[in-house]
Amino acid sequence: MLKDNTSDVTVGEAVASHENQAVDQHFNFAYLDERTKRMIRRAILKAVAIPGYQVPFGSREMPLPYGWGTGGIQVTASVIGPHDILKVIDQGSDDTVNAVNIRRFFQRTTNVEITTQTQAATLIQTRHRIPEMALTEDQIIIYQVPVPEPMQRLEPRERETRSLHGLAEYGLMHVKLYEDIARYGHIATTYDYPVLVNHRYVMAPSPIPKFDNPKMHMNPALQLFGAGREKRIYAVPPYTSVESLGFEDYPFEIQRWDAPCELCGSRDSFLDEVITDDQGGRIFVCSDSNYCETQQNTVEQTAVTAAQSVLKDV
Amino acid sequence: MPVDKQSPILRATGLNKSYGDRAALIDASFELWPGEVLAIVGESGSGKTTLLNALAARDQPDSGSVEFHLKDGALTDIFKMTEAQRRLLARTDWGFVHQNSADGLRMEVSAGANVGERLMALGERHYGKIRATACDWLARVEIDPARIDDLPRHFSGGMRQRLQIARNLVTQPRLVFMDEPTSGLDVSVQAKLLDLLRQLTQHLGLASVIVTHDLAVARLLAHRMIVMRRGRIVETGLTDQVLDDPQHSYTQLLVSSVLQP
Amino acid sequence: MYVAVKGGEQAILSSYQLLDEQRRGDPSVPELSIAQIRQQMKLAVDRVMTEGSVFDPELAALAIKQSCGDLVEAIFLLRAYRATLPRLGSTQPIDTGKMVLDRRISATFKDLPGGQVLGPTYDYTQRLLDFSLLATTEQAQAASVIESVGARPAEAEYFSPRVIDLLNREGLIETHQAPEDDPTPFDLTRQPVRFPAARSTRLQNLARGDEGFLLAMAYSTQRGYANSHPFVGEIRLGSVDIELIPEELGFAISIGEIEVTECQMVNQFGGSKTEPPQFTRGYGLAFGHSERKAMAMSLVDRALRATELGELVQSPAQMPEFVLSHSDSLEASGFVQHLKLPHYVDFQSELELVRKMRASPPQTPTLTGDLEDEHA
Repeated sequence: MLKDNTSDVTVGEAVASHENQAVDQHFNFAYLDERTKRMIRRAILKAVAIPGYQVPFGSREMPLPYGWGTGGIQVTASVIGPHDILKVIDQGSDDTVNAVNIRRFFQRTTNVEITTQTQAATLIQTRHRIPEMALTEDQIIIYQVPVPEPMQRLEPRERETRSLHGLAEYGLMHVKLYEDIARYGHIATTYDYPVLVNHRYVMAPSPIPKFDNPKMHMNPALQLFGAGREKRIYAVPPYTSVESLGFEDYPFEIQRWDAPCELCGSRDSFLDEVITDDQGGRIFVCSDSNYCETQQNTVEQTAVTAAQSVLKDV
Repeated sequence: MPVDKQSPILRATGLNKSYGDRAALIDASFELWPGEVLAIVGESGSGKTTLLNALAARDQPDSGSVEFHLKDGALTDIFKMTEAQRRLLARTDWGFVHQNSADGLRMEVSAGANVGERLMALGERHYGKIRATACDWLARVEIDPARIDDLPRHFSGGMRQRLQIARNLVTQPRLVFMDEPTSGLDVSVQAKLLDLLRQLTQHLGLASVIVTHDLAVARLLAHRMIVMRRGRIVETGLTDQVLDDPQHSYTQLLVSSVLQP
Repeated sequence: MYVAVKGGEQAILSSYQLLDEQRRGDPSVPELSIAQIRQQMKLAVDRVMTEGSVFDPELAALAIKQSCGDLVEAIFLLRAYRATLPRLGSTQPIDTGKMVLDRRISATFKDLPGGQVLGPTYDYTQRLLDFSLLATTEQAQAASVIESVGARPAEAEYFSPRVIDLLNREGLIETHQAPEDDPTPFDLTRQPVRFPAARSTRLQNLARGDEGFLLAMAYSTQRGYANSHPFVGEIRLGSVDIELIPEELGFAISIGEIEVTECQMVNQFGGSKTEPPQFTRGYGLAFGHSERKAMAMSLVDRALRATELGELVQSPAQMPEFVLSHSDSLEASGFVQHLKLPHYVDFQSELELVRKMRASPPQTPTLTGDLEDEHA
């Protein structure tokens, strides 16, 4: 049941449809028992009520290891319903092994419709990227979070960081940014770049590249964050202020590339570097596979339309 | 800066503290006025550190009260404030200079960041301004501003203490606590530091409580002093008076024990 | 011509097949049975049950078979299984004083009521590879010599008093009363730990904790990284009854037996002006025969009580946040191994940064020039 308009049918699709009989009867819908789901939903509600605040929750051992997305999976499992359409990506791509593994888990335990199209999905679970295409009010995006505490590297003791958050004492975070500028001339954080949510809590957005940070600000979609190993859930409700930390004279800046995407020509998306030969030749390609395909189709369409109109004029 | 006679900036009343059955502090009371420097003098075990910790809200006494005159308010019992209020006070209107500079600095972060941290915590978001303020303060405590990016690890003991002072004074607190600020330093370095402290406290009109076992420090810096022995205050008065004409037998012993050059 | 990477799903299916083949090994060799693992790899089964937090030797043996003997992986399987099981109720606390003993020793006394019962242990063996085990039993019977030392207690009804209780008669050892109302203990499998953590929470964490990690932490306390002069007061191995009080009945019924290892560590305490000197305690408990685990746990338990006992906290084993946050093998293994997952997007960002920094060396803004003017 791959809802996928691309012509490039993956081997995965054939396999998936074979897999895709009834839900595996040994498991509850979406694997977790209902009591656990209720506990997680309560944590989610609390998180939504206090944007950016890390809510502790009784994270369960899942069939994937801690550190491999169990937080995201537990959040997804608690909000997913039989009519949802699920997209799972890792590093922006639907086809990386981790994304495939998680998608298979949900197919097996829920039998929901699966898609690679960002715009068709109602739920998107992601690791390390936000899709390029804008999200809507009808969508929920769920981030997999390894380290929910933005100050952990500066202050490993949770007891202390809890006080700092409670008292909004964020001097320590700015000290780190100050040091970067003093040492390197600019802020040296390029991913998991800390943000201030709703003008109150400093939050770790998960290891998305800072390129993606602006997408979180005033996003119409609900953004949920799950950290299974560290046992925290947090959230950014729709249309919430999310500002990346910085200084007035050294403001936050996103990354830029000199080259466009080799496949679709985009100059607006995050690009992966691919080494193409032994001499170290390299090209740049969109990280978001769905976006890239869509762009390629659009380019083709435009070319076809242009060609047709030229022909018509002849 | 004239001493304001209207209200003390700090008032301790009947402070008591015991550890097990050992009474470390017994019925300590005194007042401190704005711009006044008070030395708490005594030997080890006299209770002076316990008293300092009670005054600075680092350790709650068993009984008694400590009141601080808030900037826009009245004398307020500090232990009736919330933790949040106390922490804010500690970062803005108060300073605490530790005996061991490593306790009062972030050793793995540059001098500039150390001095700028309080400003950043209070919402200052202009890197250039933070840096300029930090440079200014480094100069004021006689540290070469060119060392602004150096780590305290690479500073001498005296420099670290001066850095600690800068870090505390950058928010222009009205009250500074100091715990043996010069001990462990070479004599010449001590003298230099004391001179700096004297200038700064006078120039900024700081009220200060300085714990020391060294009478010379009291003589040089303090308007008034308190002598402690076995948890009690045994004598109090103007520094020169107490040192030149000690009344209590213990004070007499202390004064006479000071090695003459 | 560059083609976008595809086929992740197929790769995964292929890897399953290879894993299956690896697990089975050479098909001409007889397949391991669950019964064999359960019987002949008992100590592995015991460890998996302890850290998996489920007393079910059959399931533990299955997990070991499925994981090709990787015990941390087997523990993971068991925990994942446990996570969604429904809860039927809580048992009464087990009474190790009523243990049917297979082994019971004390280092603090030469002899004691009930005797030193060595039971099955490696402690007095010489670690020489026994090549007679290369053959299966029928062939080797003539060759091997097995010495057994110690005897079982004569009657099953005779319960040996605990060493702790003996020391207690003189008031020499600290006692721990159950809290008033005997409240339900905090359950780490339902809620996350928050610091400061109560002792019962710490003990639960340690019971589930990785044996290797706890062993290292315990060892560190013996080498000067905290020191509590420990002595083994008693180690007991045997079976205890599990009792439950069903609501309908209102009294306790036995629902079965489990085998546990218990270690009571006795440590010195200085006393104070108000407290006369007393021995303090560390406690360890594990499923099955798991002495190393129970002992390590008891040493770490005692070290974590440093603050409560007025001791200076100086070393990692005394820091609850350090020990309890890193003791779980699932969390540790998961996060360490997650580094194998693709991180190329994050890495890309770092690559760009390093390239940029190398291309234009940083102009560290020093203000020496300006400052001279200001302070001229």
